[in-house]
Amino acid sequence: MKHLNLILLTMLLPVCMMGQQRISGKITDGKKRPLQGVNVSIKDSYDGATSAADGSYSFTTDAKGTQYITATLLGFTTQEQKIFITGPQEINIVMRNNVNDLKVVTISAGSFEASDEGKTTVLKPLDIVTTAGAGADIVNALKTLPGTQQTNDREGLFVRGGTGYETQTFIDGMMVRNPFFSGLPDQPGRGRFSPFLFKGTTFSSGGYSAQYGQGLSSALILESTDLPQRSSYTLGASVIGVSGGLEELMKDKKGSYGVEADYTNLGPYLGVVKPKYAFSKDPEIIGTSANFRRKTSSTGMIKFYGYYNQTNMGTIRPSLEYPGFDELFELKNKNVYTNLTYKESLGHDWKLNAGFSFSSNSDDLNLDTLKKSNPLHGKNVSQLTQTRLVLTKGLGQYSVLRFGGEYQYGVEKSNFGGWQANYVDNYTAGFVESDIYFTPRLLGRVGGRAEYTSILAKANFAPRASLAYRLTGNSQLSLAYGDFYQKPEQQYLRFKNDLGFTKATHYIASYQLVAKNYTLRVEAFYKKYHDLVKTGIDTSTTGTGYAKGIEVFWRDKKTFKNTDYWISYSYLDTRRNYLNYPFEVQPDFAAKHTVSVVYKYYIPAITTNLGVTYSFSTGRPYYNPNLPESKFMSEKTMTYNSVGLSASYLTSIRKAFTIFVLSVSNAPNIKQVYGYRYSTDKLRRQEIVPNMPRFIYIGMFMNFGIDRRQDVINNM
Amino acid sequence: MKRILFSICLLVGLASASMAQSAQYEGAMTKQVAMLDDSTNFTPDRLLEIANTFERIGAAEKSQWLPFYYAGYCYVMSTFMQKDNDKVDDLADKAAVNIEQAEAISPKNDEINCIKSLIATSRIRVDPMNRGMKYGMESANLLVQANQINQENPRVYMLQGQSLFYTPEQFGGSKTEAKKKFEVALQKFSSFKPASGIAPHWGEAYTKGLLAQIK
Repeated sequence: MKHLNLILLTMLLPVCMMGQQRISGKITDGKKRPLQGVNVSIKDSYDGATSAADGSYSFTTDAKGTQYITATLLGFTTQEQKIFITGPQEINIVMRNNVNDLKVVTISAGSFEASDEGKTTVLKPLDIVTTAGAGADIVNALKTLPGTQQTNDREGLFVRGGTGYETQTFIDGMMVRNPFFSGLPDQPGRGRFSPFLFKGTTFSSGGYSAQYGQGLSSALILESTDLPQRSSYTLGASVIGVSGGLEELMKDKKGSYGVEADYTNLGPYLGVVKPKYAFSKDPEIIGTSANFRRKTSSTGMIKFYGYYNQTNMGTIRPSLEYPGFDELFELKNKNVYTNLTYKESLGHDWKLNAGFSFSSNSDDLNLDTLKKSNPLHGKNVSQLTQTRLVLTKGLGQYSVLRFGGEYQYGVEKSNFGGWQANYVDNYTAGFVESDIYFTPRLLGRVGGRAEYTSILAKANFAPRASLAYRLTGNSQLSLAYGDFYQKPEQQYLRFKNDLGFTKATHYIASYQLVAKNYTLRVEAFYKKYHDLVKTGIDTSTTGTGYAKGIEVFWRDKKTFKNTDYWISYSYLDTRRNYLNYPFEVQPDFAAKHTVSVVYKYYIPAITTNLGVTYSFSTGRPYYNPNLPESKFMSEKTMTYNSVGLSASYLTSIRKAFTIFVLSVSNAPNIKQVYGYRYSTDKLRRQEIVPNMPRFIYIGMFMNFGIDRRQDVINNM
Repeated sequence: MKRILFSICLLVGLASASMAQSAQYEGAMTKQVAMLDDSTNFTPDRLLEIANTFERIGAAEKSQWLPFYYAGYCYVMSTFMQKDNDKVDDLADKAAVNIEQAEAISPKNDEINCIKSLIATSRIRVDPMNRGMKYGMESANLLVQANQINQENPRVYMLQGQSLFYTPEQFGGSKTEAKKKFEVALQKFSSFKPASGIAPHWGEAYTKGLLAQIK
């Protein structure tokens, strides 16, 4: 009988479960506002309901006894409560916003990142290409960001009172010795590398990671693209040249290779638009590159990029020194750049990045005061071989420890009119750095970098630290501090190696608000320079200086339909005593106020992008030798104004993606004077002005997808 | 003997319990899937409610891919109905979480690939300039894979046609190519037999609707 009861009980068990109870209640957020659409349920059962607009829910359940009730809603942390069901029950649930858990703070002081990956990045890679007046040049586009100077008469990116030499470029972690095309005097120097090569661009205007060194002011960190989505051919034609390329994704989709070639000749363009100074040899560039990428495992990847380029050009300009005569300047440049990297996850949260790079650059110069002196030949050759190894260990959910080392072997050769000045340098560096999340809102980065260079026979140690704290929602505060060392420029080291490292110490405080459609950044900095190069009777590293300022960046993609614009303002107060300066003054490459406005408008109906970029900066000091020494650098040039325009029209010709581009730099042809150069007798001076103040570029690019499987399916 | 009887009864009891569970699954799924056959339920709020129910069923069953599949389907469909671009990514993320759970249970499934392709497509609209290339390719590749798994799935042709239909001609879209795809899709729909009443079977009426717009 006892058994029979048990049997009955067993058979009736499912039936017993049918006794239903009603569960109801209200769901609210932390501020007691009702939440709609919450999925409320008894865990591991079908029973549940979705809350209504007033937050109420109600459902019946067969479950009895101890159960768990769960509530889930997008953007909120899932809530789970233990309940005991005996009869009808009312259960009210308060849900917490999970923004704090999902969006962890990141280091942002001093850095602007352009990447597709992070949702909160300030720029996208495409923004660099579509900035009007930048001519698809990375550095030109970065000149619309705060912290940069409109120093367009010299090579390099001038950041926060630093010279172009103080900005170092890195590709996949490795330093690039010659990131710019060798150019003629008074020219800005265009970047060698196309923005399309990179999936991520980080521009640091100070306080950057201990992974990088040898840049007193700034680091431009470029990360190359991974495998392409598909195979394709590209063709380009413009008023200054042609280009073609092929990129093939391997059949197994685990590798790709590509080759590219381009030819540029300014001759035809110069036949129509006359430059200020005539060219003795119209600029001609022949370039070619090859790449190979291969996944070595699900997490491993090997990448190779190789580049060869040669440039040939020359100008004739009236001689400042010898009135009535002409000065000839001719340049032949050859540049090779290679970069081989390997990355792999080693398990147990360990990651490895290794790299090898070789580059060689040679500049052949020919200087001549025509019909007066004998020509002077010069040749500069620089070669850089380097290896780098970085290990990263994940610590817990977000924190990481990074350490590694690099070795560079540099050869610098110079021959001027038979005078040789060569040197070789062995540079070794090691670094360790850790990103520590004290909480998801509070991040600290602490690290240091030690360097030794054989040419100076000196070592240094540079501590670096940053702190970022997330305030409410999308805003955060960051602080950064660091010491930065750099070898003196090659032109001084060639003649004297008994020098020290030049040094800068950065202090940065920044506030950043990054929402989906707008960004606001305000940053203040103070930079102290020590041991800058001083020339004169003897070259030494005893110069001093400082730079301080405030910068504002505002970007808005939402207020105006189809419109995206950003505004950058930089205030810079800087003085330095270096080179032949008699005392600390505002240097001739720095302007006090700089403003850039970038405006982009998209017209969907005709798939056309329009862009306008306006840049302004106050006058820069120049040296007038006719004034007493106490007035050194006291005179300033006119203000700088530039308006760049661009229009790009996207269409397809047959099966090819086609873009037509029209781009005009300095469209209104506003006069720009960067400074003055005086003759030795101080009687004559020449304005330093752009040789082609307005440049009109018209081009087209075609991209043919050659995904054959897609064709096969289309024909089915 | 008594012990044997007891064991049998116990077995019967357990079996009836698990049968009840399975009948409950069929019943609940049939009811929910039927809601998706009704176009009046295609509003963001209703779809969220239906998705919630599918998620509950999925969480209780654990070994069935269809509840997660349909939850993903509801979320991705609601992205296309959203007026606010800012909500699209969150909904697409939610769809992706569900479809990944479905895929973990049923790998290499052409129907799941169709939803994954839709998720990729849904993300384009947030930022067409930057995302068009990446997600457009991803979406197309997923359909190619789906087609390799099952060449008879009409939804693959329908989605390929839909992408050709909505892509501007400058970017490789074509109404005439779309029409060809829709015609193949309809042909496949006519011979398509869903594995069960609750297996995916949507899309035929939609295909006809788009085709009518071309003609």
